[in-house]
Amino acid sequence: MAVIPFLILFPLVISVVMFSVRVNRIRNAIAYASCAVIMAATVALVVLWAQRGGGVQQYYVNTEAVNRVILLAEVVLMVFVTICCVRKRRWYISLLSIVPTLAIVWLETAGPARAPLAHIYLDNLAVLMCLIVGFIGCLIIVYAVGYMHGYQHYHRDIPDRRYYFFFVLFLFIGAMFGFVLSADLLWIDLFWETTSVCSFLLIGYTTLPEAETNSFRALWMNLLGGCALAAAIVLDALHTSTTDLHLLVNDCRAGNTVSLICVALIAFAALTKAAQLPFSNWLLGAMVAPTPSSALLHSATMVKAGIYILFRLSPAMTGNYCGMMISFVGGFTFLAASIMAIAQDDAKKVLAMSTISNLGLMVACAGVGRPETLWAGVFLLIFHAISKSLLFQDVGATENSLHSRDIEEMQGLLYRLPKLAIIMFIGICGMFLAPFGMLISKWAALRAAVDERNIILTFFICFGSGTTSFYWTKWLGKIITRSSKPKVKDITKKNEMLSLWIHTILMIGICALFPFLSGLFVDPLVTQIFGSYTQVIPNRILVLLVVLILFFFAVPVVSYLRSRNMAMNRKLSYMSGINTGNNDAFTGSCGQEQPLVVSNLYFKKVFARKVLMLPCEVISTAVIIVMLTMTIGGAF
Amino acid sequence: MANVKRSPWILHYDGSSCNGCDIEVLACMTPVYDAERLGVENTGDPMQADILLITGGINAQNAPVVKQLYDQMPRPKVVVAVGICACTGGVFKDCYNILGGADKVIPVDIYVPGCAARPESIIDGIVQARDLFQKRSEEHDALIRKQKMEKNAKENG
Amino acid sequence: MEVSRIIMPILYVVLAPLLGALLTGCDRKISARMQRRVGPPILQPIYDVIKLFKKQVIGVDRAQGFLLFTNLILTVLTGCLFCLGMDLLMVFFILATSSSFLYLAVCVTGSPMSSMAAQRELVQEMAVEPATILAALGFYLATGSFGTLRIASQPVSAIIKTPGFFIAFCFVLTVRMRKSPFDTAQSEHAHQELVQGITTEMGARNLAMFQITEWYETILMLGVAALYFLNSNPWSILLAVVVILALYFVEILLDNTCARLKWKDLLIDLWAVTLLCDGINLIILMMI
Repeated sequence: MAVIPFLILFPLVISVVMFSVRVNRIRNAIAYASCAVIMAATVALVVLWAQRGGGVQQYYVNTEAVNRVILLAEVVLMVFVTICCVRKRRWYISLLSIVPTLAIVWLETAGPARAPLAHIYLDNLAVLMCLIVGFIGCLIIVYAVGYMHGYQHYHRDIPDRRYYFFFVLFLFIGAMFGFVLSADLLWIDLFWETTSVCSFLLIGYTTLPEAETNSFRALWMNLLGGCALAAAIVLDALHTSTTDLHLLVNDCRAGNTVSLICVALIAFAALTKAAQLPFSNWLLGAMVAPTPSSALLHSATMVKAGIYILFRLSPAMTGNYCGMMISFVGGFTFLAASIMAIAQDDAKKVLAMSTISNLGLMVACAGVGRPETLWAGVFLLIFHAISKSLLFQDVGATENSLHSRDIEEMQGLLYRLPKLAIIMFIGICGMFLAPFGMLISKWAALRAAVDERNIILTFFICFGSGTTSFYWTKWLGKIITRSSKPKVKDITKKNEMLSLWIHTILMIGICALFPFLSGLFVDPLVTQIFGSYTQVIPNRILVLLVVLILFFFAVPVVSYLRSRNMAMNRKLSYMSGINTGNNDAFTGSCGQEQPLVVSNLYFKKVFARKVLMLPCEVISTAVIIVMLTMTIGGAF
Repeated sequence: MANVKRSPWILHYDGSSCNGCDIEVLACMTPVYDAERLGVENTGDPMQADILLITGGINAQNAPVVKQLYDQMPRPKVVVAVGICACTGGVFKDCYNILGGADKVIPVDIYVPGCAARPESIIDGIVQARDLFQKRSEEHDALIRKQKMEKNAKENG
Repeated sequence: MEVSRIIMPILYVVLAPLLGALLTGCDRKISARMQRRVGPPILQPIYDVIKLFKKQVIGVDRAQGFLLFTNLILTVLTGCLFCLGMDLLMVFFILATSSSFLYLAVCVTGSPMSSMAAQRELVQEMAVEPATILAALGFYLATGSFGTLRIASQPVSAIIKTPGFFIAFCFVLTVRMRKSPFDTAQSEHAHQELVQGITTEMGARNLAMFQITEWYETILMLGVAALYFLNSNPWSILLAVVVILALYFVEILLDNTCARLKWKDLLIDLWAVTLLCDGINLIILMMI
């Protein structure tokens, strides 16, 4: 399958091209073309994979030369990180890169001989991830071309380094393809470190002091995960003389305790990447970067890497301390992040908090380690990737037109920026309302948690679901609230709009095709990973849900059409009789006109990040330390 | 069943009164007088009210307020002026800031005199108002029917 | 069997508003008696709604009408699913969605009173959601099924195994029926504070629609409460009816004797009850 190396290498080549072409128009054209190529290649991969019968396929057993290249790339990456760190006087962070890289180098050159293995592993989960990375990632790049134009136009103080921005974006896509397709842990390690460095570079794009601090925070947290990953690889290689991820999981299911330690270490690494609680701050800090990079980090790439690896490890975590650690941290993050999201009035920060919160739910699903929860987790992954990417792009576009991303400023957005508001409305509905996918996944996760007799997780999901709907509904209400402020000129570029509409259609389409998707794709996926699977939610109910979805779309539309032509006498809103006549002001005590300001509740004194973050970090750190100790201690 | 007079909901507005009548209006709702047995509800919201009870005279400041509240009420609606101030301006009639009774700004249907008006007479006023409310409701229904027929006739040719 | 499955939802659609209206009428009569008044006739709520439909159609915003209508349809749909024996969790999730439509209908006008009440309504939703979901889970753990008809046809009533869930659900019921001390969002006629709370900007037909939705919802919630007592023995229906009436009476008593709580106390109280009652019951059910 030549398309696999093509998918990994082509974005890398393009990224170099992006870096060297300094004429905007030409570079944009190349970006569009290569996005189309990547999407086409992704489709080709899926078609070829399906033609060969789908299922699990393994390729590339003898790759001696490539292994050398990978090793070399790893060393180059280490040197690059060290230079960056020393330059900004943070040399201690580079230790987190030097130590694991040297360990890997030692393993490859002087370590024990390892059994040959297939380096590329293609199954439903890998194909799914490829689709997400290929399509959502490329759509975000298409959006970014338009967005960055406006961004540089409005932010004159930030040096125009778009060549560098697109260089990192394409590098990121390439690394993600490599990451999800590799089976060899050594390859995985390289791509893992590459995504860490890419996110570091993206966050630091603006070169402002805040961006610098945040980018280094992201770097050290992710490198810490990289250390754990390297330790797991060395341990695994010494113990079983192989570095195959899938063999590791099988060993662990067979009851091998050393493999369990490896799994626990990799799972820990995944926690850092998926921005789970003690490590959530890096993702929140990533907000300083331009919007496309946040969209990419939050929906298609970076954080999904952590989730992906946890899904792979999921069978190895059934009913042990490692699984308990992961499911507790995930569930706890789900609840804590959704509570903290209540206190945010910055749209992007709400999105960031909700990303962390939703990732928490996925992590918890993986940690429970049951086929049913994995099913729920995979659907969460799909829906989250689409709706979050949609929302980020939409908020970015809204910010460009409205010059604010304060949710309070979005009052009456439906009347002021209708197109963007409708898309935003659909995106938010997808995040929590009844017939949409996220809620079905939450439902399945809840049932599985109860079946597993996991009391703590059950409580986390129940309470978290309440707080989640609170902050989303609040936002929804703000969008449709009537406002008399003037209409805003919609300066969204055509390519931005294109990406947004494709996302919207994708989301509604996937909702409607839900049962088919489940039967055709996700059920086999779960079977491949677990070997067996029984349905959580019977197909009968899934079909019923689809009917409901259509119904849900129909009811408001029909009742809207019905009421549109109905005679109604417009009355002023009630302000004790002192409404000045436009519903947006009232007569003050001295007869002057007082503007009316209506604000949502944020509970900033109780639920603010400042108040809650530290205790949450302490709790989750304690749990991780205790559980890791018990896992490692249990091996001896 | 179709009698709307079984459910007269009240909006009570206090103009520039001495609060004597207001206390009596509220007394109507207490156990002793219990106007709720007539289906009366004190809504406090013009959108939901059928009867506007005004106490106290109208001054320059509250004239637009009374007008707005009256406008916010859906038809059919009835206005009751409770107490001599709301009827004519009362002892404050010649004050520099008083315009007079409630009928200076909105059409008043029922006048309940007294200073302060007694709960019995207020309830009597409400009872008269609800009969008027019934009558107006029937007129309103007839009007709606007529409009519908005209609309249908127009559509049919 | 098939016929009876279709009859139940139809009965719900037709009878629920009448039953809800009668209960509200009794509620007002009993409240009046508790205050040593005569009180309105029992059919008063029906008179009110008829009158509201006969009044001129008004509104602050055109969108409010259709959002309220959506809320009504979704609530009726939820009730039908409940009567059809569908998954209880799904019923609660869709009910939560219809509440979101209510929220949207309330805050779409952007008026000060109803916006404030809408925020309170949202806090209430957040406060009751965990206990509501946990109630469904409690049924599942006690009877092994989420299906309402299955739950109702067990050999023993679910209450034997789920007393904690039932207590927490009573609190949910108080919030859902908008009774003191948990009625921050709607300040009804007896204790006004935010004018008319969430119904401030609703008049005439819109208010009537809201009122009918409330009746459907109340009956649905009482139906869930009845699930705790129903079993395969037909006499359990009588037991359920008696318990529900007693419960309703207690709610009225509470409504007439309690002062309204602030949102923070409401949230803390409900979550504490949820954690305590549901938590202990859940641990016992899961451990055994």
